[in-house]
Amino acid sequence: MKDNEKAKREQQIDENLRRVYQKVVEEDVPDRFKELLEQLRAQETSQ
Amino acid sequence: MSEPETAPRDPREEIVEHLRPMRAFAMSLTRNSAAADDLVQDAIMKAWQNIEKFEAGTNMRAWLFTILRNTFYSNRRKAKREVADVDGAMAATLSEKPAHDGRLAMKDFEKAFAQLPDEQREALILVGASGFTYEEAAITCGVAVGTIKSRVNRGRNTLCEMLDLKDDETMEMTDRATMAVVFEMTPPQRFSS
Repeated sequence: MKDNEKAKREQQIDENLRRVYQKVVEEDVPDRFKELLEQLRAQETSQ
Repeated sequence: MSEPETAPRDPREEIVEHLRPMRAFAMSLTRNSAAADDLVQDAIMKAWQNIEKFEAGTNMRAWLFTILRNTFYSNRRKAKREVADVDGAMAATLSEKPAHDGRLAMKDFEKAFAQLPDEQREALILVGASGFTYEEAAITCGVAVGTIKSRVNRGRNTLCEMLDLKDDETMEMTDRATMAVVFEMTPPQRFSS
């Protein structure tokens, strides 16, 4: 019974972990990162 | 022409595909979205400059996460020398006991999660949320697979304890010393069993 309870808790924890992670994964990526990559690429080609 | 026109795809072009998971992992490390984005920015620049160290055909996400993680810890070591105990202040604001309404609310969970030691938090996020295998997580963190497993277990157990306080039966099984640390109560009293 206790093991059962524990397994349930663990499942709940993993579910919450995924939700915490997923919440950020689903956010739009700020433009600054794409701009940064473009900038790095531009530096590369100008060398 | 010095470069062939059909050069293989530059692995750096792949970085953009990992930005979302990188932000999520950075968030779990820093617990602060501004700091997370600064961390991602640093990691992107390092990855870009060190791309020749990436082995084609291997897991780029794990490679990027490793860079992110190393950057996080090395920045923090630097910051620790400059600022006194930012973590302590952070922990204090998070240290109130979570409310219990039968099922665990997301906010309570996030608070509890934020209080875990860094190495448990990252192990849980890598294995429990981002879908890394224990092996990939071990490589990312530069430790043995067994170490990752035990961090995941300890992290889960601590979360269970933190979120289970109201249950008397569970209280019995709870490691009071851990709880004392977790909730920053006065030092645990010795209790007879």
